[in-house]
Amino acid sequence: MEYEAIIGMEVHAQVLTRSKMFCGCSADYASAPANTHTCPVCLALPGVLPVINRAAVEATVLTGLALSCTIPPFTKFDRKNYTYPDLPKGYQISQYDYPLCVGGHLDVQVAGESRRIGIRRVHLEEDTAKLTHTPDGSLIDFNRAGVPLMEIVTEADIRSADEAHAYLTELRTILRYLGVSSGDMERGAMRCEANVSLRPRGARAFGTKVEIKNLNSFRSVRNAIVYEIDRQSGLLASGGAVEQVTMGWDEERQCTVFQRSKEYAEDYRYFPEPDLPPIEMTPVEVQTIRERLPELPHDKAQRYEREFGIKSADVALLVAEHPTALFYEQAVAARPALAQAIANWMLGEVFRYLSEGERTTAELPISPAMLAELVALVDDGTINNTVGKQVLNEMMTSGEAAASIVERRGLAQISDTVALEQIITSVVAQHPGPVAQYREGESKVLGFLIGQAMRATQGKANVQIVRDLLLQALDDSQR
Amino acid sequence: MNLHDLTIHQAQELLASDAVTSVSLTEALLARIAAVDTDLHAYLHVASEQALAQAQEADERRARGACGALLGIPLAIKDVICTRGLETTAGSRILAGFRPVYDATVIAKLREAGAIILGKTNTDEFAMGSSTENSGYDTTRNPWDRDRVPGGSSGGSAAAVAASMCLGALGSDTGGSIRQPAAYCGVVGLKPTYGRVSRYGLIAFASSLDQIGPIVKDVTDAALLLQAIVGHDPQDATSVEMPAPNYAAALGQGVAGMRLGVPREYMVDGMAAGVRQAVEAALDVWRELGADIVQVSMPHAEYALPAYYLIAPAEASANLARFDGVRYGYSHPDTDDIWDAFRRTRAVGFGDEVKRRIMLGTYALSAGYYDAYYLKAQKVRTLIKRDYDEALQQCDALIAPTTPNIAFRIGELIDDPLQMYLEDIFTLALNLAGVCGISIPCGLSEGMPVGLQVQGRAFDEATILRVAYAYEQATDWHMLRPQV
Ligand SMILES: [Zn+2]
Repeated sequence: MEYEAIIGMEVHAQVLTRSKMFCGCSADYASAPANTHTCPVCLALPGVLPVINRAAVEATVLTGLALSCTIPPFTKFDRKNYTYPDLPKGYQISQYDYPLCVGGHLDVQVAGESRRIGIRRVHLEEDTAKLTHTPDGSLIDFNRAGVPLMEIVTEADIRSADEAHAYLTELRTILRYLGVSSGDMERGAMRCEANVSLRPRGARAFGTKVEIKNLNSFRSVRNAIVYEIDRQSGLLASGGAVEQVTMGWDEERQCTVFQRSKEYAEDYRYFPEPDLPPIEMTPVEVQTIRERLPELPHDKAQRYEREFGIKSADVALLVAEHPTALFYEQAVAARPALAQAIANWMLGEVFRYLSEGERTTAELPISPAMLAELVALVDDGTINNTVGKQVLNEMMTSGEAAASIVERRGLAQISDTVALEQIITSVVAQHPGPVAQYREGESKVLGFLIGQAMRATQGKANVQIVRDLLLQALDDSQR
Repeated sequence: MNLHDLTIHQAQELLASDAVTSVSLTEALLARIAAVDTDLHAYLHVASEQALAQAQEADERRARGACGALLGIPLAIKDVICTRGLETTAGSRILAGFRPVYDATVIAKLREAGAIILGKTNTDEFAMGSSTENSGYDTTRNPWDRDRVPGGSSGGSAAAVAASMCLGALGSDTGGSIRQPAAYCGVVGLKPTYGRVSRYGLIAFASSLDQIGPIVKDVTDAALLLQAIVGHDPQDATSVEMPAPNYAAALGQGVAGMRLGVPREYMVDGMAAGVRQAVEAALDVWRELGADIVQVSMPHAEYALPAYYLIAPAEASANLARFDGVRYGYSHPDTDDIWDAFRRTRAVGFGDEVKRRIMLGTYALSAGYYDAYYLKAQKVRTLIKRDYDEALQQCDALIAPTTPNIAFRIGELIDDPLQMYLEDIFTLALNLAGVCGISIPCGLSEGMPVGLQVQGRAFDEATILRVAYAYEQATDWHMLRPQV
């Protein structure tokens, strides 16, 4: 029998706010010594009370709007009760039945096809402390405790590991576009759980689902889902049954391992958080947040194709990172006629520079206008493509403007026909052998002869003119 | 008159006229504590040195021209309120030795006003109880009869005020914990409207019900101490941004023409005859002062107790989850692993009543029971709120006994928690409704004080103070002090 995988995903993303969710401590704890970003509130000392971080609420609403969610007018926080050493209050302040955002979707491209993934809800909660286990005992670092965390839950709309991967990629792109999360899975700023079940293709009823935790990278998400689909179809094919359990992904052994069964599912005893009054989101407030929505990658891609005539294969690469897209747009703004040429330079030389040094767009030593100027110099024939690459390399090192480098180093292309004619004449005279070969029909030696002429001009000659003149000279001498 | 017998406003006059210093006042009270608290056990911790240093500072502030209703006034603080550097246990063994690193907002306000903190008073563990018998440390004695309880949970504060071991005190009231001990000890206790006083730094029992308030010797002092602690606090999201009136200024306006409602459901058969007589006599006093006494109905009053004993324990079950021995307080020394450490720390650190309520609350919130218990209780709470709204639309304030009986004997009800819970039937509906109430002395029965409540609209503490003050001016009950 053939089975169809039914997958739902839960993503936790740390929200980039200055302070924590319910206290004034800095949420930027990345390189801080343990337990230095703490206060009575996030340490849950007796008597303290939480106060809602409005910026985190707005960031979550912004995310919901980007995912086409509805923002209900009433929302509240609840206590989720469970005991664990990383949870100082013994309960997590979360949202149970009235999340900030409900009923959205995200379109993703998988194998050239567009797939719509439903978003069930986006809600806000607080992160836990970080435990480190040592041979001498476990250590608790409360710097992370109380950092705002949004949870984004999909409908069971995902059908393959590739779709799950595409969803995560697109979601992370959007979170980064919005500036609401770093989306950094390796550093734990974005965490993922997948619910996987199988059903016979064509069946309506869902099979028993298995929850997979401990997915710490995009790759592990894909591998774990592939593994789990395999495992479950093996079970079903051999007449077995899938049990409703929680599995963990073992990165080393590349398999899912049993964590706990449904009987041990925790009863979280949710109830409304009495320390925090419910939040009312007025249409005006939602509209104000909506106005902060940037142009999203999908819309950008369509516009690049429409307005700039960029090839769709190129567009996806240009919009994948918000700063890159903005850099590109600013360069195009400086030279609107050169949109495709600038795209080619971005995707070729600029991307190569970035990936070689593992740099980000923000670290580029040149401005968008400087790139546009370089592209224009190539386009108007002042320099040729090869020289252009050299000039860009120098720009990346020194930050000097293209025109200034060309001028200082005398790199301007030689398009002067009289000067080039002399060079061509001498090339033809100095290489009688190849010239004879060419005349015998071996047209490929033309390249050699062009190369000789370029060498004589230190590469500055306009290749097109050299080629024309050379052909002319060869024809003339043949006559 | 002895210095320790003064009210706050009397002491303030003497301080203002340089007749006494805060240091001499503080010394007098510390001497009084030393003399009588060995028997009464009202205090858990007395901070003599810090108190004298604060008194010294208050005198210096006054010498520099400062003044204010609480400048130099020695007060006692219920041990559920965090005081920086001063041991705060909430009456629980699980917080033995805990010294907060921060002041509760009310404490910061008192310090700013120049009040002196004499020490921390006994309480039922985590404010759960009606007698202080649930304290993890000591049972406080009623200054009127040492075989009887002072009431609870703010029994230490009420006894300290009644026995003149402080000029005034702070208590906290979740279901009557200020008003009931005030009634049992013959003093004045006010529970402000929920949201009027910051809860930041109050060790939570039931977050949607808790409120800090004054326990004092007369209504004027209640107005003064309330004034010092009210106001919006950015650290407490449930505190309201609503300006407070000048409470003392409104006291003397009388009750002529006011409508005072007596809820039929609060004059029950089970009430002690002496309590009933005292309350009825009090109604006559107000009548004579020109108030209109009318009967009102609170049809859902009988459901307040069960609703309260679901909501309060439910919230408590979560609030008390943080006491795990990891970061502060008692930690069991002999454990196998972290789970064992949690279990043993809590098994030893918490007393029986606290464990009973944690279990009750956990049960009420459990899957499959939530709708039948917690949710149902919240619906009842809405109905009780409506009862109050309707009654207080017809009336300016409500009058009811504070407790059905006088203070019971120590040990009398300790094995009958349900009967002990019943001592709160007249007080806890007010917390569910979130409105305000004050208990004032209104007579004696069997030689023990009887208390009377004036209950008012949300954020209308001024009216209940005014009604209580009119009664107080017309009677002498508030002048009675126990022979200690
Ligand atoms: Zn903090």
